[in-house]
Amino acid sequence: MRRHRFGLQLACVAITLFFGVPLYLIALAAFSSRESLDRFPLPLLPTDLSAETITTFLGSTGVVGGYLNSLMVGLSTVVLALVIGVPAGYALARHAFRGRDPYQLFLLLTRALPIVVLSVPLARIFLQTGLYDTTYAVTLLHTALALPTTVLITSAVFVGVPREHEEAAQVFGASPARAFARVVLPQALPGIAAVAMFTFVLSWNEVLGATILTLNQRTLPAHVLTTLSDSPLAYRFAGGLALILPAIVFVAVMRRYLLNMWGTTLR
Amino acid sequence: MKITISDLVKTYPGQARRATDDVSLEIADGEFLVLVGPSGCGKTTLLRMVAGLETPDSGTIHIGDRDVTGVAARHRGISMVFQSYAIFPHMKVRDNIGFGLAMRKVDPAEIRRRVDQAAELLQLTEVLDRHPAQLSGGQRQRVAVARAVVVDSGVLLMDEPLSNLDALLRLQFRAELKKIVREIGTTTLYVTHDQAEAMSLGDRVAVMRDGRIAQLGPPLEVYDAPSDQFVGGFLGSPPMNFVPGPALGHASDVLIGVRAEKVAVGTERADDARPATVEVVEPTGASMLLTVLIDGHRLKVSAPPTFTATPEQQIWLRFDPTSLRFYDPETGLALLR
Repeated sequence: MRRHRFGLQLACVAITLFFGVPLYLIALAAFSSRESLDRFPLPLLPTDLSAETITTFLGSTGVVGGYLNSLMVGLSTVVLALVIGVPAGYALARHAFRGRDPYQLFLLLTRALPIVVLSVPLARIFLQTGLYDTTYAVTLLHTALALPTTVLITSAVFVGVPREHEEAAQVFGASPARAFARVVLPQALPGIAAVAMFTFVLSWNEVLGATILTLNQRTLPAHVLTTLSDSPLAYRFAGGLALILPAIVFVAVMRRYLLNMWGTTLR
Repeated sequence: MKITISDLVKTYPGQARRATDDVSLEIADGEFLVLVGPSGCGKTTLLRMVAGLETPDSGTIHIGDRDVTGVAARHRGISMVFQSYAIFPHMKVRDNIGFGLAMRKVDPAEIRRRVDQAAELLQLTEVLDRHPAQLSGGQRQRVAVARAVVVDSGVLLMDEPLSNLDALLRLQFRAELKKIVREIGTTTLYVTHDQAEAMSLGDRVAVMRDGRIAQLGPPLEVYDAPSDQFVGGFLGSPPMNFVPGPALGHASDVLIGVRAEKVAVGTERADDARPATVEVVEPTGASMLLTVLIDGHRLKVSAPPTFTATPEQQIWLRFDPTSLRFYDPETGLALLR
């Protein structure tokens, strides 16, 4: 038993280090002076901190704009994907209708297409409709990319809420909408939070489509991809940190809804 | 409130067999009626149609004098206890019990008063501010019952409410439930597959089979005079014995049904008794349950707990003619006595 626990703790530490060390190194490099990066051996402790790299990076053209665009796109995608995906997931979970299984398969099929294949015709359509080079265009693409998972995961979440709970709510006087809002939704919230995280991170990380669909209104990853390859090493670290941080903050905020919801740890 | 069920037919999509096959039933105001039968007999479907959770293909349901056949569950003025309890895990016990009142927009002070009252009735006062996850199975069951009785509706529906409790708890809560329902005096429709539960709770028992009511009557009447072989074999533990007439000295075109405890067992030869061979002896504490062979037919009879017998031993059985029931061997239906 004790040995088992020790092994478990060891595994936890290893996994944490696996994800944590790169984060630390990137943060360290982003906050070091350019000279110290070239030093050998590389100092692994924050001995030579400097905000110079990061401020220069943030001050360079397009970075702040890209940041805001990315946030806009990410949050809009989450909202849009949930607004469309949650009712669809609910319908899949609760109602037997003709073509349900093919529909589920079809949803997954959209992910089988490479983003480039999707983006080029989309770019054409967006150019015609005047949506090209806007955050809306990227939001629409990301919503389309996120929806299959949003629908399928929320449907699994709703399947996990017993139908009898909903029936009980209705027997005791709740309308279907009220039963959903008062009884089903609160129980599905942890799962929906997880979907929101997943969607946000997906949108935040998506580069290819965002690059194709914009010129000036780049999201941060698209901007970083196109500009940083020509930049000095230090800026790449600064860009890396800038890309990682918001996703971590978002996950940290949503995590609250995942754990300890009703005085018990869930799932 | 009186419940009148007329000619209810329901077939689930994709199934050839009717779940309920033209069922008619009247439940008097304040009556406790139990629907009992093996799984798949349509008892739960019938209950769910009364609740408004299933729509019948044809037939009508009246609650009081109102036709509620097409009325949504929430407008039927009913309350229900679900098999899985269906307690809301994200609400405290207090809010769970008060849910029905809150949905009916009752004044919060009044909700509080009535929830406290119901909690006291079901011994939940201590746990009112806890979440359901912190309760035992028995307590969750009580919350489900409290939530149903607190709304004071005209009709109370219960779908196998005791089936998730362990045997001891089930026995305890069964008596308590009977007392509570009698005190509040609500018309109750109760579904169970447990024949002992049906016998002990119901003012009347409706035994269901294949979507139809096989027999409807007070528990003892149904127990004592089953209308067909199925009912006799379903109700009672052990179930009723059925032997061909000649084995007990009757005509060959009848099947005789007799309850285990209606057979007098003796070790001495007697003129009016028939010989039988003991096969298995099972002491139950309250009685000695014997499996015996009479003329090649297996019978379960119960002897006093002090009765001693060993397998292979010959014993003598005396059948009181008034306790014998006669059935048609072809159809299994009771013959007129």
